[in-house]
Amino acid sequence: MASAEEVAKEAERRDIRDRWLLSAPALIIIFLAATGPLLIVVIYSFLTPGPYGDVVWKFSTDGWLSVLMQRDIFDDTLAFADAHLSIFWRSAKLSFMTTIFTLFFGFPTAYFIATRPARQREIWLFLITIPFWTNLLIRTFAIQEVIRNEGIVNTVLIKLGIISQPIQMMFTDFALMVGMTYVYLPLMVLPLYASMEKIDFRLVEAGYDLYANRFQVLRRVIIPLVKPGIIAGSILVFIPALGAYVTPRVLGGSKNMMLGNLIELQFGQGRNWPLGSALSISLMAIVMVALLFYVRSAGRQGGTHG
Amino acid sequence: MGSRFDIRRQTGFTAIAMICFFALYLPIITVVVYAFNAGSSIAIWEGVSLRWFYQAWNNNQVVDASIRSLQIASVAATIATIVATMAALATTRTKPYPGLGFKYAFINQPLMVPEIVTAVALLIFFSRIKIWTGYSGLGYLMAAHTAFCIPFAYLPIRARLENMDLTLEVAAADLYATPWKAFRRVTFPLLWPGILAGLMLAFVISLDDVVITEFVKSGGQDTLPTYMLGQFRRVITPEINAISTVFLLISILIVTVFFFISRKKDQE
Amino acid sequence: MGTGSALKSGRKNGVIVPEQPGKSAIEVRGVRKVFGTGESQVAALDTVSVSIRENEFFTLLGPSGCGKTTLLRLIAGFDFPSAGEILLHGQDIAPLPPFKRPVNTVFQNYALFPHMTVAENIGFGLEMLGKPKAEVKARVAEMLKLVKMEALSGRRTSQISGGQQQRVALARALAPQPKVLLLDEPLSALDFKLRKEMQIELKRLQHETGITFIFVTHDQEEALTMSDRIAVMSSGRILQVGTPWDIYDKPAERFVADFIGETNFLTAAITGMANGKARATLKSGATIDATVAEGFQPKDNATVVVRPEHAKLTSGKGDLSGTVENIVYFGTDTHIHVRLDSSEAFTVRQQNTRSAGCGFERGDKVGISIGNDAAQVLRD
Ligand SMILES: Nc1ncnc2c1ncn2[C@@H]1O[C@H](COP(=O)(O)OP(=O)(O)O)[C@@H](O)[C@H]1O
Ligand SMILES: [Mg+2]
Repeated sequence: MASAEEVAKEAERRDIRDRWLLSAPALIIIFLAATGPLLIVVIYSFLTPGPYGDVVWKFSTDGWLSVLMQRDIFDDTLAFADAHLSIFWRSAKLSFMTTIFTLFFGFPTAYFIATRPARQREIWLFLITIPFWTNLLIRTFAIQEVIRNEGIVNTVLIKLGIISQPIQMMFTDFALMVGMTYVYLPLMVLPLYASMEKIDFRLVEAGYDLYANRFQVLRRVIIPLVKPGIIAGSILVFIPALGAYVTPRVLGGSKNMMLGNLIELQFGQGRNWPLGSALSISLMAIVMVALLFYVRSAGRQGGTHG
Repeated sequence: MGSRFDIRRQTGFTAIAMICFFALYLPIITVVVYAFNAGSSIAIWEGVSLRWFYQAWNNNQVVDASIRSLQIASVAATIATIVATMAALATTRTKPYPGLGFKYAFINQPLMVPEIVTAVALLIFFSRIKIWTGYSGLGYLMAAHTAFCIPFAYLPIRARLENMDLTLEVAAADLYATPWKAFRRVTFPLLWPGILAGLMLAFVISLDDVVITEFVKSGGQDTLPTYMLGQFRRVITPEINAISTVFLLISILIVTVFFFISRKKDQE
Repeated sequence: MGTGSALKSGRKNGVIVPEQPGKSAIEVRGVRKVFGTGESQVAALDTVSVSIRENEFFTLLGPSGCGKTTLLRLIAGFDFPSAGEILLHGQDIAPLPPFKRPVNTVFQNYALFPHMTVAENIGFGLEMLGKPKAEVKARVAEMLKLVKMEALSGRRTSQISGGQQQRVALARALAPQPKVLLLDEPLSALDFKLRKEMQIELKRLQHETGITFIFVTHDQEEALTMSDRIAVMSSGRILQVGTPWDIYDKPAERFVADFIGETNFLTAAITGMANGKARATLKSGATIDATVAEGFQPKDNATVVVRPEHAKLTSGKGDLSGTVENIVYFGTDTHIHVRLDSSEAFTVRQQNTRSAGCGFERGDKVGISIGNDAAQVLRD
């Protein structure tokens, strides 16, 4: 008969094997319809654009070059692609500002919810959850309704006599800002709430006991306690904002593109799949860096708090 | 006596929170209200009517897109929930084993890559396959939706499993239940709310998807969201509001049920 | 002395009863259990051997983390030993998964199935064994009666109190009539009064069912009052097995003496052995007779233990002499802390009477006489 130790080892081996078998279907589906294709994008970024879209199988670094450079049609010289750079810049700027704005509005909101009595808290949380799960397209459409020339804001302002002509908000960076803040706000509130819910208010009491005023308690006690939530919320807003496609398409129009729309353009009218692929990978790389930053700071947080 | 000092209060926070709730709901309510407009403008109110709901109902494109959306969401959510349940069982309630971290990362991978990138990748990949096989049915959309629904279905199921008292299954084994019987009689009934929550989440996520669908769909495969996105380029009538309202209603219904299921587990 | 004397006689409910040689229900032979690998390896059980008799109320007693739960889990089959074997009625049960072992467990947190009623919980084991419905029903009714829970049979387990959950857990584990019942600190979650009630209840159930109970606790008082025999554990080892009397009066090691009750430790030189007793010369110069722990190896400086209630304080000369340092009143008795002339500390427990005072004051010079048969020499 096998020794006690061998029996234990064998049982463990079998358990791990069963666990691989159980997770295999999920892993295979994700590999076939998500992860695997990402690898193909890398290959495509090094090919030559086909005349009617798609690619021809000829190695080329032009896709990557044209992420940042532009080849002059007449004398073949390279110059910085201002258009692309400005779109990169706008995407980064808008995503960053969206993050700041959602934090500015989301923090007090999450705090408000977290400090309600338990029963009420459920209701407020539910009110945040509903927009979170309602269609992004509908929410974008809804914000468009509000800021259009004929929308509520302009109509009310004109009725009140404050302005005589509607303010053009649609198709501006302002519209994008408002739209993205609106759309991504729940993504900020929920993780913030999750960490605020855990605040031990005896620590706040201790802060007041040691002569801190309200603002000092906020800055020196509450904010450090919910830092993991702030980081998680910021990442959750920044990443999808950077890759936003629907909101800029609806609210920004063709002039105020973001990265997502630039990428789409290469697969549509631009007919430059390698460039589109290279842009996609660039976007993914930026996101990965942001995620790494998150993982590292989350790890540090976990480390200091035991 | 002065007012008591509330240690939880922070100046201005309640006001900002109220503004947020107001701002979150004002646009949505506007959309719903104008769905009932008798006139054909989405800005000028001309009285109550259900005409746009009738119009949407009689619009073949809308009906077809809706049916397609439901078909895809049903298939994707069901498959995603089944495989996510299996994956959750395989990745919880164990000491770390080789490959466990890899599995977590892999299952959550669709959440970590911007949708537009996945969309582009699937466009490239599926267009190749379409050329090779000649098949261009709904299968591609279903596969894509299943993949990105898996992490969403996985989330509540895993949470439920991790909160589940491990000794319950040990107790079942102690009381002569074979592993399969212990799963069927103890684990599964206790896991069921998590599975249901996962299913609903996956369903809503699939129903809502725009970007990946927009890139993967072949001609004539519009889902409701991509159909609506297309309409935004034209003159918008309250018909879009009517469609949105019904869509909202369905989402809210599902979210409400989801909310109560996932709340209930805390009380057990 | 030690386990030796326990084999010849045991006392049950205060009455000395002849001990049957005892067929063993569970035989643990050289069992080791190691968790983790490499650097982080811990031996939760370090070569444990013990034999538990049929129909016995056997208690594993030891501080938290000493390996009690681990040993129960190995017997139940929830975990594998790293070495050694476990026999049930003489049969090696290593190859049997938990669901094939005629052993049931009452879990520390009860582990009642929250999605089933009280009756469904109790019937679960029988159902899994494939018993006919009628039989299950009758047996469940019988069990409900046994634990006095008839009125609540249809309740969800989340709708009953902690004490009631405890009863359901007991009934559920007893229903399939296991050969051995394992109870892992089943009373630790209950408040004081309920715990006392359940202690009596458990004794009654064990008596009525005649099932071997292996009971785990870290509460020495609970162990003393309930058990037929006790195994005292520390750091993955069993230090001593014996009746409550053996364990309390004749501790084998310092840990056992210290863990159970209060004790005075004195250093003594062993000057001779006679009739299984040792002559111990204390630092005060007095020589007393002392029983000897099993496995004692004669050596110069041995440790002698004397329970505080087995010594007597006198104003004249005794075996020891010292100065009263502190007097603590406990209601039923008074503890008098004495600093011996040898600078060792010694506590005497003196029963209180209604006449005022204990007769001593702080600073008094006192003598201490150690009763006949009151001292025990430890083996370590
Ligand atoms: N699954 C496990 N993995 C690692 N160490 C364990 C495990 N179970 C128990 N231990 C360790 O074994 C020792 C004994 O634990 P346990 O049997 O639970 O003690 P007790 O029940 O007496 O409190 C402890 O040091 C504990 O940390
Ligand atoms: Mg324990």
